Amino acid sequence: MSPEIYQQVGSQLVWLLTAAWLLPLLGFLVEIFGGYWSSRTSKAPAYIAVGCIGSGFVLSLIAVCVWMNATDFVPWKVAEAHDVHATAEADHDDHDHDHDHDHADHKHGEGEEALEHGHADHHESHANKPFEKAFAGTFYRLGKFGSLNITLDWYIDGLTVLMFAMVTLIATCIHVFAIGYMSDELTERYEDHFVHTKDGGHFHRVGRFYRFFAYLSLFCFSMLGLVLAGNIFQVFIFWELVGLCSYLLIGFYVERHSASTAANKAFIMNRVGDFGFLIGLMIIWTWFGVFQFAETNPETIGETGLFQMVRNAEGEIVSHGEGAEKTVVLQARQGMHLQHEGDESTIPYWLLVVAGLGIFAGCVGKSAQFPLQTWLPDAMEGPTPVSALVHSATMVAAGVYLVGRFYPMFTEEVLLVIAYTGCITLFIGATIAVVATDIKKVLAYSTISQLGYMMLALGLGGWLAGLFHLITHAFFKSLMFLCSGSVIHGCHHEQEMTKMGGLYKKMPITCWAMFIGVVAISGLAIPVLTIPGFGAAALSGYHSKDAIVATALSFSGLNPLHSMLFFIPLITAGITAFYMFRMWFMTFFGTPQDQDVYDHAHESPRLMTAPLFVLAFFAAFCAAGGENGPLAQLILSTEPTHVAGGVEAGGIIALNLPSHHQIHEVHSAAGSFALLAALIGTLLAYLLYSLKVVDTNMMKNQGRAIHEFLTEKWMFDELYDWMWVRPVHVVSSWAVAFDKYVLDAFLHFLSRMVVLIAVWDRKFDEVVVDRIVNVFGETTYSMGRSLRAVQTGRIRQYVTFIALSVVSLFILLFVFLPR
Amino acid sequence: MEDVNLIKFLAVGAVLFVCGVLCMTTKRNAIGILMGVELVLNGANINLVAFSQYGTLGLDGQVMSLFVIVLAAAEAAVALAIVLSFYNNHRTVDVDQATELSG
Repeated sequence: MSPEIYQQVGSQLVWLLTAAWLLPLLGFLVEIFGGYWSSRTSKAPAYIAVGCIGSGFVLSLIAVCVWMNATDFVPWKVAEAHDVHATAEADHDDHDHDHDHDHADHKHGEGEEALEHGHADHHESHANKPFEKAFAGTFYRLGKFGSLNITLDWYIDGLTVLMFAMVTLIATCIHVFAIGYMSDELTERYEDHFVHTKDGGHFHRVGRFYRFFAYLSLFCFSMLGLVLAGNIFQVFIFWELVGLCSYLLIGFYVERHSASTAANKAFIMNRVGDFGFLIGLMIIWTWFGVFQFAETNPETIGETGLFQMVRNAEGEIVSHGEGAEKTVVLQARQGMHLQHEGDESTIPYWLLVVAGLGIFAGCVGKSAQFPLQTWLPDAMEGPTPVSALVHSATMVAAGVYLVGRFYPMFTEEVLLVIAYTGCITLFIGATIAVVATDIKKVLAYSTISQLGYMMLALGLGGWLAGLFHLITHAFFKSLMFLCSGSVIHGCHHEQEMTKMGGLYKKMPITCWAMFIGVVAISGLAIPVLTIPGFGAAALSGYHSKDAIVATALSFSGLNPLHSMLFFIPLITAGITAFYMFRMWFMTFFGTPQDQDVYDHAHESPRLMTAPLFVLAFFAAFCAAGGENGPLAQLILSTEPTHVAGGVEAGGIIALNLPSHHQIHEVHSAAGSFALLAALIGTLLAYLLYSLKVVDTNMMKNQGRAIHEFLTEKWMFDELYDWMWVRPVHVVSSWAVAFDKYVLDAFLHFLSRMVVLIAVWDRKFDEVVVDRIVNVFGETTYSMGRSLRAVQTGRIRQYVTFIALSVVSLFILLFVFLPR
Repeated sequence: MEDVNLIKFLAVGAVLFVCGVLCMTTKRNAIGILMGVELVLNGANINLVAFSQYGTLGLDGQVMSLFVIVLAAAEAAVALAIVLSFYNNHRTVDVDQATELSG
């Protein structure tokens, strides 16, 4: 890409995405203030919110087109020459494999071409190959601290535009859905049936329709800002904003005790992760001095970004030494080592690991990974559209997104930690979902499990697989959440699946939309059948889960020590299908469990079902073509350079990461395994919950201990209670005792002393000081009184006295004055 | 005129002075008291003039006596005004009736 076109495309993209990003902020301001002043029964805030996010979607879509056009994007990889191999191999999976070979070659050529252009025009400025299709720049400098610039940047590549399109599309659907779902807030007097007042009635308050949409808009702004952010510090800012919105929305029914505690829990557990994030930021600040991801502009040779410092043009980490002494050489833009007063600039390898783990800790909190996963199910206290938007499709995906975005900074040690975290999380989430009876809780645990899958994939070197699943999951999970919202709305806020059943007749649209979501997440496909140009006949979830399982299989082949990382996800794929179909059968089929709920159930209005159609369409077809399809190709186009080739004995722990080629080799096998697992899970669910060949209650009684362990969520809340809450209580009781018996006693002693001294002081004042003053006064007064008698007022008397006095004075003078 | 000397003048002055004082102490009539005051002052004047003639005082003594005369006139004016005012209030000039200033 020539610099002129680069500038042009870059400015176009920035304008489009900035507008899409800031529109919800504008909407938020209008809604929160306008809504406050205007009528509470007005639907205007909702229309403003939908308008803002809807136009954001249009702008994002244009941005996607601009980006595709500018990067000569080829959405559909069709094999051009597979004559030799194709005849030998009949299975369709091998066809796919073959296509990808061609595709990989083609891409390679393309890259070289671009590289040569760059060389010709601008010497070495295109040396950093991974970033030639990204656009970065600065909006505004917030401050400068020493050599560190705190800025608001943008960083736009295929992943950014894709995330923009995904977030705005899902958000638009959910906004529209929420107009219907939240319509009972359109009142001056809202009765909250879950809050009881002391006199036995229900709590009443004004409706908060406008506030809900204002929060949603603020959330969209924060999420888009997070995606657009061009430096890790800016990511952190929006990270916190997103957390704030989550807090506000979980605690939307703030009068309900469960909602306010859930909001607190989510906020606090996220802070635990953010503590790690801050440590990572500090290390980056200290050792790199920049927060920017990468410098991409071919014309300016300014500061390099983090990715360019850590990895050279080939995407490798250059390091010296072994073991604890190992140091990483920081790269400059043109492949020269970054000079710092003559010395090579380096960072200890273990610090790079710690920085990566710190950033990942933030992702653990935000994406509800083990061990911080317990906040997400509680977050279901928020209204269902919030659960759909914030706690399944976008915000929790931000952690996965950041791992993907920050991928070049992660060493093999960090990746292994990510993989194991994801593996533990996906298993825990799936097992709890099996026994959950609250329809939203099932989906919440399923979200945790699926996020675990994404983390696992990223940790295993499957960059594409993780982010592919992020996008597909966003669609089918938001679809399923909206369906559950529709069910809850239709059943008048009944969430327990044990009270549902047979709802198929009452709400067929919801039922079949849910079915699409369930099939998608389960990863079901029609075996053997393949549609020309489309790949396997399956919905989106099959393709992305397939990619993850393939990565896991190839990883475990390379590292036999970590083969658990393949078997657990594979088993969990079966469990996923099981609990999802369990939910579907329990809700929509069988006999109605609660006649009252059944009788009053109704299909949701068209305003709420329309978004279901849109999301169902995307959940079904967004991943069409699998890894050859446009979605995967779009993600793949921004893959960091070092991922494709894999890693051999990387890091201090000598970990092998599979290359694209190695993954494709096992793709068909992995796909069949995953499909088999999913089919078994589906069959089991069908037998148990539709045909009811075995009484599930009996099974529950048989395995009572396990069942209780699972319904108690693996005892995590109890564990944290024992680990953190109770020690704090004990320590605080000590502190209370210390206060009471030591500090208070001392203070009481002091105050008693003061009182005593004051009493004595008063006595001294009264007896001594006052007495002296009084004596003076009294003496003067009595003297005055006694002298009063002398003043007779008789002139003759005075004269007599004067005369006599003068005479006597003279006599005295005569007698005593010496002469 | 040989026997006229300082002692005789002083004797006259002393007599006048004592007469004045006695007048002031005994008279109840305010005008009488004023007369006594005049006598006292004039007794003092005689002394001053005598010292001027026979002592070392010179003309100073006479000047002093002139001052005393002027002062006496001023004093008499003020005193008579007080007496008049007193009379207006009490219909009498008996100083024993004037006890308003007693303590």
